[in-house]
Amino acid sequence: MSIAVEFRAVSRHFGPASAPVRAVDAVDLTIAEGAFFAMLGPSGSGKTTCLRLISGFESPTAGEICIFGENVSNTPPHLRNVNTVFQDYALFPHMNVRDNVAYGLMVKGMPRSQRYAKAEEMLALVHLDAYGSRKPAQLSGGQRQRVALARALVNEPRVLLLDEPLGALDLKLREAMQDELKSLQQRLGITFVFVTHDQHEALSMADSLAVFNEGKIAQIGTPAEIYNHPKSRFVADFVGSSNVLPPALTKQLGGPEKWASLRPESLRLDATGPLRGTVTAIRYLGAGHRITLTTHGTDIAAILPAGHPLPETGSTIALGFDATALHIMDQA
Amino acid sequence: MTAILPAKSVADRLTTLFWRKPKLLLILLITPPLLWLGVVYLGSLAALLMQSFYSIDEFSGMVIPEFTLKTYAELLRPQNYDVIFRTLLMSAAVTLGCAILGFPIAYYAARFARGRWKAVFYLGIMLPLWSSYLVKVYAWKLILAKEGIITWAAEATHTSGILNAILSLPGIGGGSLSTSYIGMFLVFVYVWLPYMILPMQASLERVPTSMLEASADLGATRAQTFRTVILPLALPGVIAGSIFTFSLTMGDYIIPQIVGNSANFIGMAVYQLQGTAGNIPLAAAFAVIPILIMLVYLWIAKRMGAFDAL
Amino acid sequence: MHSDRASWALRLAAIGGLLFLHLPILLIFLYAFTTEERTYAFPPPGLTTEWFAAAWNRPDIWEALSLSLKVATVATALAMVLGTLVSAAMARATFFGRDQISLLIILPIALPGVITGMSLRSAFGIMDIPFSTLTIILGHATFCIVIVYNNAVARFRRLSGGVLEASADLGANAFQTFWHILLPNLGTALLAGGMLAFALSFDEVIVTTFTAGQQATLPIWMLEELIRPRQRPVTNVVALIVFAATFLPILLAYYLTRNGSETAGSGK
Repeated sequence: MSIAVEFRAVSRHFGPASAPVRAVDAVDLTIAEGAFFAMLGPSGSGKTTCLRLISGFESPTAGEICIFGENVSNTPPHLRNVNTVFQDYALFPHMNVRDNVAYGLMVKGMPRSQRYAKAEEMLALVHLDAYGSRKPAQLSGGQRQRVALARALVNEPRVLLLDEPLGALDLKLREAMQDELKSLQQRLGITFVFVTHDQHEALSMADSLAVFNEGKIAQIGTPAEIYNHPKSRFVADFVGSSNVLPPALTKQLGGPEKWASLRPESLRLDATGPLRGTVTAIRYLGAGHRITLTTHGTDIAAILPAGHPLPETGSTIALGFDATALHIMDQA
Repeated sequence: MTAILPAKSVADRLTTLFWRKPKLLLILLITPPLLWLGVVYLGSLAALLMQSFYSIDEFSGMVIPEFTLKTYAELLRPQNYDVIFRTLLMSAAVTLGCAILGFPIAYYAARFARGRWKAVFYLGIMLPLWSSYLVKVYAWKLILAKEGIITWAAEATHTSGILNAILSLPGIGGGSLSTSYIGMFLVFVYVWLPYMILPMQASLERVPTSMLEASADLGATRAQTFRTVILPLALPGVIAGSIFTFSLTMGDYIIPQIVGNSANFIGMAVYQLQGTAGNIPLAAAFAVIPILIMLVYLWIAKRMGAFDAL
Repeated sequence: MHSDRASWALRLAAIGGLLFLHLPILLIFLYAFTTEERTYAFPPPGLTTEWFAAAWNRPDIWEALSLSLKVATVATALAMVLGTLVSAAMARATFFGRDQISLLIILPIALPGVITGMSLRSAFGIMDIPFSTLTIILGHATFCIVIVYNNAVARFRRLSGGVLEASADLGANAFQTFWHILLPNLGTALLAGGMLAFALSFDEVIVTTFTAGQQATLPIWMLEELIRPRQRPVTNVVALIVFAATFLPILLAYYLTRNGSETAGSGK
């Protein structure tokens, strides 16, 4: 399988050269063809800048960007065979849905009847066959998002970039669109690169992802790798709601004197368990309960499945876990 | 299909050039207007300043193109000094008149007018702002004339006595409204009023209703809320509006020429000196005065936060 | 809630103020039909339409009208090009000297017209440029730039930067983006700016007196009639024409932009 997108020591700095803001700092990255790749990170971590570097709206201060082996660092956006679904969709307000979708084909000089046929085909794909004559202002948020998707896909890009594509949708719609995007990507076989700050979205949709922090990639891997084996405190903290244990506590629990992570769902009530502390809060989660325990000044969360007898707030309890659940992190 | 599409046309190549050098597009865009404003306008202002440092030969009437402060010294002659003082007094009075007359309109339009009435007020303020200045002045010439509508209305309502009493006021009265300072003041207030209302309305519209409710909630009466919340918040708008009314009155030379007792004002002095008198240096020196006053005025206004209301 | 309704006094003052702004203009309409030739007597002793015919047959009015139209058209065209360029540059980029440039654009209408007029007069004097139609246009275009600029820059800001990027992303070059995306979205704002600039130029008298020499635009013709009246009712008719020629473009500008967040004409 070939490489769709490659970053070679790419940096993007803003502001004066004497005191630059390092939005993207010497990033190396490869995205395989046909991947559903997520860039995850808090705002300001450099993930959106990376996306804009691929589309061409930002130019690297240093390094090279290749798309399918071709160096595009000197190619303007309109000559790159990638398309973007923008965060606010950026639909053209003065054009109807059909003309929006056909825009990319029009500027390439495709005759009207041909491009309209293609646009209708693409609208059918996103279940908007009947909406061609509407203006974007007459559509709901979810419909606009589908138009934006159709408008990008009609150009048959080799890479589709999605900038927080589901950020503006409400929860129910977001879940439905997640499934739809995933199946669309599998059917079309196009490489999808999407940016999100929502770890659940990244974990559930992507088949590989990069976690960004302060302009650098903190970790890159499959969702399972990143969820179960975070390399650093930042990743453990940011991806899911893992317990992060300081080195002293790790040592007490029988590990080396290093930072470690422990998933809440791997903990269970065990009178002989090594984690002993005071229950400070209990929350009902539907499928179970989440209890918070304070031990040696560290808060530990545990998720107990429904049906277990619950401890009382303020009582002292002990928790146990399988030795394999304790994940030692290489970096602080 | 490859990742890079070929550049097919000149437009594609130019786009690539603009993308690589974003500054180039900016320079291309801004150079023509900047050249125009720089050469035509700033050049002219420089010429004005230069002329004001020249003087005029009193016998031949020719301009002597040599640097001198003599022309500025002439401004301090009593009759010229009077002109400046009179202009400033009128500008201040007109500004005050516009603020008092304009406030209820701005306040109502900002706080109470809704829907259709909002549009009525908007157009009702905007149309007089833009419609012909000269026609407006002319309309007042008709109104204020001795045989005009005001005299007629006063006679019809048997209030001629009041009108005559007003006209016989020393200093500001005159033979008829159209030849008195009162008439001139009225016309000035009329033509510049919309310039005061709009910024006032803009700043009043920025007062959130919740703030007024909070004030009422804390036990303030309507009058107290008005005095302690609304007025202070409207002040930047009043100052912004006053920039226009003051500046426009100060520089006007048409109204004092058509209405009033032919007393001289700065604008008229400039016009007459450059025209019939042919004394361009003194005209230029006179024109520099409003610039200086407005610079000071703008500086004060900026410190009081008036530019946020513009 | 107590603050929902205005008091009667406020309502009266507000509506009275609006009437004060409009009634004087209506009077012009009446006077254009008066039979009284020598004074401004009110009420008019009788009504006639003969002054419209008299005005129609006056070649000096036609000359002034055609000069005014010529000047306003050329000045507006120039101002639209220059104003659009500068608003395109100012809307997006931040660069050194940006604040100074925005001050420079506003200055020609921020300072009293007599200064702009006198400055141009001085410059023409120093450079020995004779007065002509061109010198009038030069002055008018200068203060019309800001009108177009004000209208266009607001629309530029409202047009989300995203749509321009989206256009490039979909393969459009800069010229296609300008033609298919920018111009359709900017159109009404530019047209409104042009209308207002035209109205302002058509009506301008203060700067024009300094740059016109012996030529008379319609406002200058009117000014001369005001100072040395010859045939008062004919002047009334011309006032009516000038009013209509400025009123209609303003109204049109309002209707072109009234649905936007920025309505034309809220700043002169």
